[in-house]
Amino acid sequence: MGFWHFILNFWTELGNWAGGVMTGWGLPPWAVNLIADIVGVLILVVFGIMAVLIFTPMERKVIARMQDRPGPNRVWPYGLLQALADAIKMLTKEDVIPRYADRALHMLAPILVVIPALLVYAVLPWGPKLIGQDLNVGVLYIVAVGAIHVLAVVIAAWGSNNKYALLSAYRTVNQLLAYEVPMVLCILAVVLFAKTMSTQGIVEAQTIPYFVVMPIAGLIFLICALAETNRSPADLLEADSEMVAGYMIEYAGMKFAMFFIAEYVNMFAAAIVISTLFLGGYKFFGLEKVAPVFAPMIVFAKAVFVIFCMLWFRGTWPRIRFDQLIGFAWKFLVPLSLVNLMLAALVIKIPVTDPKWAPWIQGGVMLLGSLVVLAVTALILNRAARKAKDAPALKQIVTVER
Amino acid sequence: MNLSQLVFIILSAVALIGAVGVVTNRNLFRAALFLVLSFVGVAGFYILLEAEILAMVQLLVYVGAIAILIIFAIMLSRQLMSPEYKARNEQWLWGLVAAVALFAVLAYILLKVTWPTSESTVPPDAIIRLGLSLISPKGFVLPFEVASVLLLVALVGAVIIAREK
Repeated sequence: MGFWHFILNFWTELGNWAGGVMTGWGLPPWAVNLIADIVGVLILVVFGIMAVLIFTPMERKVIARMQDRPGPNRVWPYGLLQALADAIKMLTKEDVIPRYADRALHMLAPILVVIPALLVYAVLPWGPKLIGQDLNVGVLYIVAVGAIHVLAVVIAAWGSNNKYALLSAYRTVNQLLAYEVPMVLCILAVVLFAKTMSTQGIVEAQTIPYFVVMPIAGLIFLICALAETNRSPADLLEADSEMVAGYMIEYAGMKFAMFFIAEYVNMFAAAIVISTLFLGGYKFFGLEKVAPVFAPMIVFAKAVFVIFCMLWFRGTWPRIRFDQLIGFAWKFLVPLSLVNLMLAALVIKIPVTDPKWAPWIQGGVMLLGSLVVLAVTALILNRAARKAKDAPALKQIVTVER
Repeated sequence: MNLSQLVFIILSAVALIGAVGVVTNRNLFRAALFLVLSFVGVAGFYILLEAEILAMVQLLVYVGAIAILIIFAIMLSRQLMSPEYKARNEQWLWGLVAAVALFAVLAYILLKVTWPTSESTVPPDAIIRLGLSLISPKGFVLPFEVASVLLLVALVGAVIIAREK
C-alpha cells in the first residue's frame, strides 16, 4: 500500500513531502505556502516557455515530413536541437530600435505579449487538484486575459512607427475580435453542460468528452483557436507578399524572439484549453482515478495531439483570403455557434429522473441534434455553392473588389 | 495596516496614475494606454472585493473592447495625432465648470454618506446567486432583458449602417 500509493499519487505525495520537509525546518505555515506557490508559478512559467523548445522542432519536422523533405537535420540529433541554436543566435543579435519609433512602447510590447500567454497557465488543470489556481470563473479568465494580447499587438505596431506593422495590426485585431465571438459562444455551450465555469469542474463534469457530445462547438472552437493563435490557414499577418512580416516587423533579436515565444506559448495553451474543454482533460477511461501520476501526461498527450492537428492543417490547407476569413467568422461561425448554444440550452432542460443517466441521455440528444444541425448546414452551404457556381464569374469578382 | 489595505493603496495608485496620465498626456495613443492602466487598476479593486466575475468582465469589456475601440478611433482619425492639434480649445471654461460641479457633487456624497460595512464574507456560490437574480422575476429580469434588447438594436443598427446601398 505505502510504496504503490506513493508512486500512484506521486504529485500530491511529492507536494506533501516537500511541505513536510519545510515544516521540519521550522518554517511557519504561511512561509511554506508562499514557497510552494512561488515554486508552482515557476514550474508553470518555465514549462510554458519550454513549450517553445518542444514544439518548434516538432512543427518543423512534422511540416517537413508532410512536404516530403528532411527538415532541419544539422544540429544533433536529427536537428532536434535546432531551437536551441536559434535561441543562441537570437540572443547574440543586435537590438535595433527604429529612430522614429516610440521607444517606451516599442520596449513594452514584447513584454506585454508574453505575459497574457503565460497567465493562462494559471487555470489549466493538469490533474485532480493539480492546478495553479482553481478559479470559479476560470473559463472567463482565459478569455479576459486574451484581451491583453490584442492590446499588445496594437502597441507593438504603433510603437514601431511602420506602415506595414500598423496595417498588419489592424488585420490581426480585426481577426482576433471577430473570432472571439464564436469562441465565447462555444465556451458558453460547454459551461451550460458542465454547470460550472471552473476549468477543473468542467473536466470533472465530462462523463463523455464534450467533443463527442457537441461536435459543432468542438470544431468551431478548434477553428477559432487557429485564428486566435494566428496559425495557418488564418496566419494572414504573416502573409509575406501583403504584410511583409506582420506587426513585429521592426523587432530584431530577442525582442522578436519574445513574439515567437508568445506564439508557441499561446498555441500550447490553446491546445490544453481544447483538451480541457472538449477532450476530457486529464480523464482517460478512469486511469486518472487509479493512477493520478499519469494525469499530467494524459493532458500533455492530448495537447500534443491537438497541436499535431494544427500542424496538419498548416501542412495541407491553403491560406484563406482576408475578407473570406472575416466573413467566415461573422456570417458562418457566429450563427452556427448561436444555434449550437440554443440547442444546448434546450437539451439541458430535458427532465431525467435518474441523475446517473443524465449525461448519457442529454449527451445523446445533443449529439443527435448537432448531427441534424450539421446536415442542415451542409445542405444550405451546398445550395449556396451551386448558386455561386451558376453566377457569372465577372460578377463574383466585382462583388469581391467592392 | 493589514495586507489588503496595502494592496488597496497600490491599486489606487495604479488607477489614479492611469487617470492622471489620460488627461495630461499630449500623445493621444499613450493617453489611451494610460486609460487601460486605470481600467486594470479598477479590475484589481474587484478582485480585492472578491468579485472575480466583475473583475474578469471589467478586463474583457473595458480593456478588450472599449479601449481597443478608442485606440482604433484615434489611429484611424486624421490629424488627431498631429502635434499642431491643441490640447485645449475655446470651450475650456465650460469644461472647467462641468468638472468642478461633478467634483463638488462627488465630494459632497463622499463626506455626507455614512458607508455601511458588513462583516459577512462572500458566499462561495456568489456567481450562481448572481445568475439566478438576473433571471428571476423577483430580481433583475426586466433590466436584464431591456439591456439585451438594447444590444440587439445596436447590433441591427450596426448592420444597417455597414450595409452597402
